[in-house]
Amino acid sequence: MTTYLLRDVSPLGEARTDLLLADGVVAAIGTGLEAPADAVEIDGAGLVALPGLVDLHTHLREPGREDAETIATGTRAAALGGFTAVHAMANTTPTQDTAGVVEQVWHLGRRAGWVDVFPVGAVTVGLEGERLAELGAMAESAARVRVFSDDGKCVHDPVVMRRALEYVKAFDGVVAQHAQEPRLTEGSQMHEGVVSAELGLAGWPAVAEEAIVARDVLLAEHVGSRLHVCHLSTAGSVEIVRWAKSRGIDVTAEVTPHHLILTDELARGYDPLFKVNPPLRTQRDVEAVREGLADGTIDIVATDHAPHPREDKDCEWAAAAFGMTGLETALSVVQETMVETGRMTWADVARVLSSAPARIGRVDGQHGRPIAVGEPANLTLVDPAARRVVRPQGQATKSENSPFGGRELPGRVVATFLRGRATVLDGAPVDEEVQR
Amino acid sequence: MKHLLSASDLTRDEAVHILDTAGQMAATQAREIKKLPTLRGRTVVNLFFEDSTRTRISFETAAKRLSADVINFSAKGSSVSKGESLKDTALTLQAMGADAVVIRHQASGAPHTLASSGWTHGAVVNAGDGTHQHPTQALLDAYTLRRHLVGDRGRADVSGRDLHGLHVAVVGDVLHSRVARSNVQLLHTLGARVTLVAPPTLVPVGVEAWPCEVSYRLDDVIVDGKPDAIMMLRVQRERMSSAGGGFFPSPLEYSRGYGLDARRLEALPEHAIVLHPGPMNRGLEISADAADSDRAVIVEQVANGVAVRMAVLYLLLAGEQSTTNRSAE
Repeated sequence: MTTYLLRDVSPLGEARTDLLLADGVVAAIGTGLEAPADAVEIDGAGLVALPGLVDLHTHLREPGREDAETIATGTRAAALGGFTAVHAMANTTPTQDTAGVVEQVWHLGRRAGWVDVFPVGAVTVGLEGERLAELGAMAESAARVRVFSDDGKCVHDPVVMRRALEYVKAFDGVVAQHAQEPRLTEGSQMHEGVVSAELGLAGWPAVAEEAIVARDVLLAEHVGSRLHVCHLSTAGSVEIVRWAKSRGIDVTAEVTPHHLILTDELARGYDPLFKVNPPLRTQRDVEAVREGLADGTIDIVATDHAPHPREDKDCEWAAAAFGMTGLETALSVVQETMVETGRMTWADVARVLSSAPARIGRVDGQHGRPIAVGEPANLTLVDPAARRVVRPQGQATKSENSPFGGRELPGRVVATFLRGRATVLDGAPVDEEVQR
Repeated sequence: MKHLLSASDLTRDEAVHILDTAGQMAATQAREIKKLPTLRGRTVVNLFFEDSTRTRISFETAAKRLSADVINFSAKGSSVSKGESLKDTALTLQAMGADAVVIRHQASGAPHTLASSGWTHGAVVNAGDGTHQHPTQALLDAYTLRRHLVGDRGRADVSGRDLHGLHVAVVGDVLHSRVARSNVQLLHTLGARVTLVAPPTLVPVGVEAWPCEVSYRLDDVIVDGKPDAIMMLRVQRERMSSAGGGFFPSPLEYSRGYGLDARRLEALPEHAIVLHPGPMNRGLEISADAADSDRAVIVEQVANGVAVRMAVLYLLLAGEQSTTNRSAE
């Protein structure tokens, strides 16, 4: 295995130092480290070193929709985005609701080798919201599932949700809820408000999210369980989670990069690239989720990377699929919205994009670790001074449905290391090394 | 004007120009030979993804009176229901050389998508998209209002005039109505004051940004607002079932609160006129007394629709002919 000596990097944006990566771990830290004979030196001047990023919410689409993404293409995109671990959502075909399917996804992730793939298990059979899937079997499988979600659909039945919250306690699991009251959102196309009223698109009201978040934090309190709220998108949801945390309820929440930066005004052109679920909200909501992320109410940023083939976006709005890609732009969006605005430090970025999601997913033995001697060498080097124009066609993800096409974003992932092995160098994927 | 997608695309002067042109078109329609040679050799496609015999016939008549070739393309069941996609349909029409595409679609924004996609180079006319817009309906309503209520009640020349000072009440299912959205914008642009009247369940969240007033009480609007015109919107009976949304308890209760009957007709100012975009639900939003009264201009709206659509097609196609080289696009 190649030994890497990273010269002059700034761990978490702090004082410059050298990092020696050998045998899969951080072998030494200090200024002016002696380079071992076979070490590859990387000039890290100006680069920030972060623990490898961990995404708690990725749609890799395999098995079932390999035309949109495969585990190989999606994880390669993840590595380019600075990730060393992703949680693969359960809404595949077949659904990840049995030990067999989650093990298949886990094996395909291992074979691809770009990042560690942790499959998310479905809460209910076929995401139908009626019967609990075999959560225990998935937890005990080789994939060791700890995060369970019907994402894409809400576990709307309060009894089913209660049972799931209780049941996963046996193996320290967590239910990640896609908070969307189904009756209030039948046929919904975009955020319900001034813009939807004018565009004549059926509204997805904020209350449909907030009602479920409120119910679920109360359920979690009642049964003493751990709850995670996926892609929280409204100011009201931030308030509810803030209140729940102040009461000591064991709830965590995520926000997507797109909800940190985009608003419902973008629907005005009827371009389905901006159609996503939950929908883009108002500027007031954007402000609220930024504030919530900065003050810790929202624990993490998760991409909700949702690739779709071109035909599913090349049509009228109502016919288009919900979702946008995000693995290769997430860190840049966080830099622009949170770091460059002075709301967060790079240490905070490491928390919301690495250590906290690793802890929620219970993969914090390997991922989201401090940058310290003896720790697994899962690292990302970022050039915060770089600026780039996003080109969806040039991305590693198989799909082109990025909402940021043509937009200039700050920051560039220069290198990613998975247990000391470079998956990305000079901003390019290291295919040979991964294939080895 | 390259396309007509939304009433909000029109400035006051553009809208007045369309109404004036429609007036000229209407004048030709009083002649024995109604057909004009203006658009000879041009092709207008009526692309209807949603049934609407009235609107299609109106556009077809308008195009034919201008000597355009008309192709009716009924594409019921779009990509939404797994038929041919809007894109493939548009590429097909482009290959056939459509100069203008008149599109009716159940999805809000479909005409916008068609116009901005590059799938067709023709002018796109929105003939009603989902619950978004129906700009030619608003234009024909404005034309009708102007003819009756501006310039000494139709006896003077109204060219160049807008609707300044008029008060129009628009009553009914605003939430699902593209007619209401188009009229609010266009009538406001033309200087009229608009009051929307509907049960609260049929008023969209976000309406506060619209340039109009909103009332839940029709009788108050009639008595206190003294509208110069009242426009009744079609209310679908299905809307009251829970599957249709459960927007009101029963058709009877709706009629009592928001229907235009003989009593309310009587309470309107003497000069006020009654409009309805059709097709009417007699006995629900409008009673036979009101629909058939001499205050109702509903049949005239249909005739004015042809003149307005002639004007729109003329301005989009003949105006463009002289200024751009189509093959170079």
